[in-house]
Amino acid sequence: MLDALIQGILLGGYYAILAAGLSLMFGVLRFINLAHGDLAILGAYLVLFGVERLGLSPWLAVLAVLPVMATLGWLLQGMLFARTMRGGFLLPLLTTFGLGAVLQNGMFGLFGSDAKSLGNSIGSLSWDSWQLPFDISLGKLPVITFVIAVIVLAGLQLLLSYTRLGRAIRATSADPEAAELVGVDAATVHRAAAAIAVALAGLAGAFLAMRAVIGPYSGPAQLIFAFEAVVIGGIGSLWGTLIGGIILGVSQSLGSLLSPQWFQLAGHTLFLGVLGARLYLNHAASRGGLRLNLKGAR
Amino acid sequence: MSLLSVENLVARHGLLTAVQSFSFAVEPGEVVAIVGANGAGKTTLFRAIAGVHAAASGVIRFAGVDVTALPPHKRVAAGIAMVPEGRRLFPDMTVSENLRIAGENGRRGDWSLATVLDALPQLRPLVGVPAGQLSGGQRQAVAIGRALMSNPSLLLLDEVSLGLSPIAVESLYETLAVLKASGETTMIVVEQDLDRALGFADRVICMLEGKTALEGSAAALTRPQIAAAYFGLGAEAGKVH
Amino acid sequence: MSVMPRFSVERWTRAGRVTIGVALLALALLALLPGFASGLVIDKLTTLFVYILLAAMWNLLAGYAGLVSVGQQVFFGLAAYFALRLVDLGMPPYLALCLGAGAAGLTAIPLSFFVLRLKGGEFAIAMWVVAEAVRVVVMLDPLVQGETGTSLIAMNSFDPDLRRNLTFWMALCATALILGLTYWLLRGRVGAAAQAIRDDEEASVSVGVKVMRVKQIIFVLAAVGCAFAGVIWLASAITFQPRTNFGVQWTVFMLFMALVGGLRTFEGPILGAVLFFLLQEFFGDFGAWYLAGVGALAVAFALYLPDGLWGAIRKRTGVELLPTGVRMTAGEQPQSTRPRVRSQRPAKDSA
Repeated sequence: MLDALIQGILLGGYYAILAAGLSLMFGVLRFINLAHGDLAILGAYLVLFGVERLGLSPWLAVLAVLPVMATLGWLLQGMLFARTMRGGFLLPLLTTFGLGAVLQNGMFGLFGSDAKSLGNSIGSLSWDSWQLPFDISLGKLPVITFVIAVIVLAGLQLLLSYTRLGRAIRATSADPEAAELVGVDAATVHRAAAAIAVALAGLAGAFLAMRAVIGPYSGPAQLIFAFEAVVIGGIGSLWGTLIGGIILGVSQSLGSLLSPQWFQLAGHTLFLGVLGARLYLNHAASRGGLRLNLKGAR
Repeated sequence: MSLLSVENLVARHGLLTAVQSFSFAVEPGEVVAIVGANGAGKTTLFRAIAGVHAAASGVIRFAGVDVTALPPHKRVAAGIAMVPEGRRLFPDMTVSENLRIAGENGRRGDWSLATVLDALPQLRPLVGVPAGQLSGGQRQAVAIGRALMSNPSLLLLDEVSLGLSPIAVESLYETLAVLKASGETTMIVVEQDLDRALGFADRVICMLEGKTALEGSAAALTRPQIAAAYFGLGAEAGKVH
Repeated sequence: MSVMPRFSVERWTRAGRVTIGVALLALALLALLPGFASGLVIDKLTTLFVYILLAAMWNLLAGYAGLVSVGQQVFFGLAAYFALRLVDLGMPPYLALCLGAGAAGLTAIPLSFFVLRLKGGEFAIAMWVVAEAVRVVVMLDPLVQGETGTSLIAMNSFDPDLRRNLTFWMALCATALILGLTYWLLRGRVGAAAQAIRDDEEASVSVGVKVMRVKQIIFVLAAVGCAFAGVIWLASAITFQPRTNFGVQWTVFMLFMALVGGLRTFEGPILGAVLFFLLQEFFGDFGAWYLAGVGALAVAFALYLPDGLWGAIRKRTGVELLPTGVRMTAGEQPQSTRPRVRSQRPAKDSA
């Protein structure tokens, strides 16, 4: 049970990396990228390509794939997403969903349906663990994933708080027009945010491939998990995605103790529950608030 | 050569033509006030000059260069800065961050964080405060400071006294008077308060339904003339020197 | 001296009346089709009806109510699952299919109270999560045997030709009824209210539109439509696999058909369904690359032709076969040659 709890927390690290990109896109561009999971899988396939065809070490391949994914994000935003953002919220959802279909089936066509994994390439890291007292074992890979997640989020936080780009990003997400009026090129900021988001997706995909098996159609499931983590942790909060990821990971981990289906079901139920609770709280607040006003008027 | 020259500008709001074949010019160092009732097209005009509102037709020339097709951030680089209606500060960013972002993305010049704080000393104790927590008068000061950080040669001020207490407005116009006195910043001011407008500006333009109803030097225009043009009464429209 | 023109409100155009006449004729012909067409044609038409239903329902949600659902497959699969369960209890297959669809449609009612309070993207993803959650729960049922799925074996008790024809007639009836119901609804107050909500929800509330009620009606109707599509599919394919019947690829297809055909028009989805059907016929064998192409085409339409094919045709020629709007005509004489004055329905079509 304790094992499951710890595994769940560490799983949260993976979800945090995956969800951070989604959250960034939504926060800065008000844009829900339904192809985010598929982009993560694409990143994983690129790393696999680097390892199997180019003979790179997995970590080197990951490092090499990051700028590739960032460039892809830059281009996608400039050529595709920016044009759909003017069409209300319908067009971006339709476009990214179509893009996801293209990616999934394209990857199937290129790489076939074989399930792949990076687990073979990282040697014993995929199952090695540290033995702690009280019969607890900490998997080395999950811990590394978690640590990197924290480093990545901290890095993002520092970027946003202290750099020129970070300020531009924050301004653009608060008020794109006012940002333009102070000289910020909103289009470039959007491209930069998309580049970071897609690079993060690729990183997450690589970690997924290290601990599990992936296939061309694995994207949508990951997207749902990422979205669940974002919503559970609170939309708009960077560290919220870590907390959301952890809560999701823990619930999934504990759920899997019951049965394999409960792994997924626990997350879905929690997500729907959190949504429901938020709706109820909003509803109650709007009614409660009114009562407060009346009281004050007397 | 005029600093800003607007020729036959047409700007639409959906099906409404807010600015109709509007032309005017501003000379370097001048202060022009634009007055008019709500809906006359003043803010749309400003937004079109700043670049956030697309011009349907017409030409906007700045320092001789046609900027009509330039996006807003490029116009900032050219030297136009606007203090928008409603201030539009970035609420979660501190005062210093609001100022810095404009400084980082604007032109090089005399205005820097230090000099802006010198000009607006009331902001000094507030540099670390998120802009969303400031009072109306404080926000207006930050908004003007932010526009100055871009080191503009043309400053557009849209309804800066809106929603402020009389004391705040007084303090505001004192700062603006200093700016005017330096002679380095050309200003166009949209102002609801006619007395202020006449007292501060060199020239006044009265807009009505997207067109110029009256134009003339502040010294020569009388209040009855402006009132008539403001409300579209009688045949007072025209140029008065 | 000028005479004050008298205005009258026209709901039907000549083209509209003609189209309805043609449609009824086609309906009669189709009903008689099993008498002289080959089994293959009947089968293919049944599939086409499924596509038409799905496209029309997705358009109803997204085009008219502004609700983008990435989870309509939940009703598609749930209806089939309920039907399987009912057959397992001994019910005759076709009755079970109809009741299964109805039951799945009914689940939309309680669901609507929850999901319809969500906005835009949240609604889309929440529907997807609901579909996934239901899929997992259905997989827990031993009848379904997890991923393996099961079949509607009871269908084998029918003669293959009879079964094919019965399924065809069921599909024809369901499609005609649901499309008819949809059209009737859209031309009525619900349709106008839905478009008002889509354009500006706050303004609609301020003029007294019961937003939640309108959205619910549309949501439940769309659910029923997708549910019937699901049972027709089951009847024709006989096998049931959670991954297939609850698969998100159905949303890809629905999205494609509605978008390419023309969102916000009644005729568009039908056109889109026909197009999709033809694409499947000719290119379906290319497997994954074909699906990638479908996705790419959808993206291209979203970027360059967001009004879809029918929307573009309508813009160019002004032809509206089945109008859902209202037009005013003005005339001094209430007689024959009335000058038609089209009043522009303020439709926010593109961007």
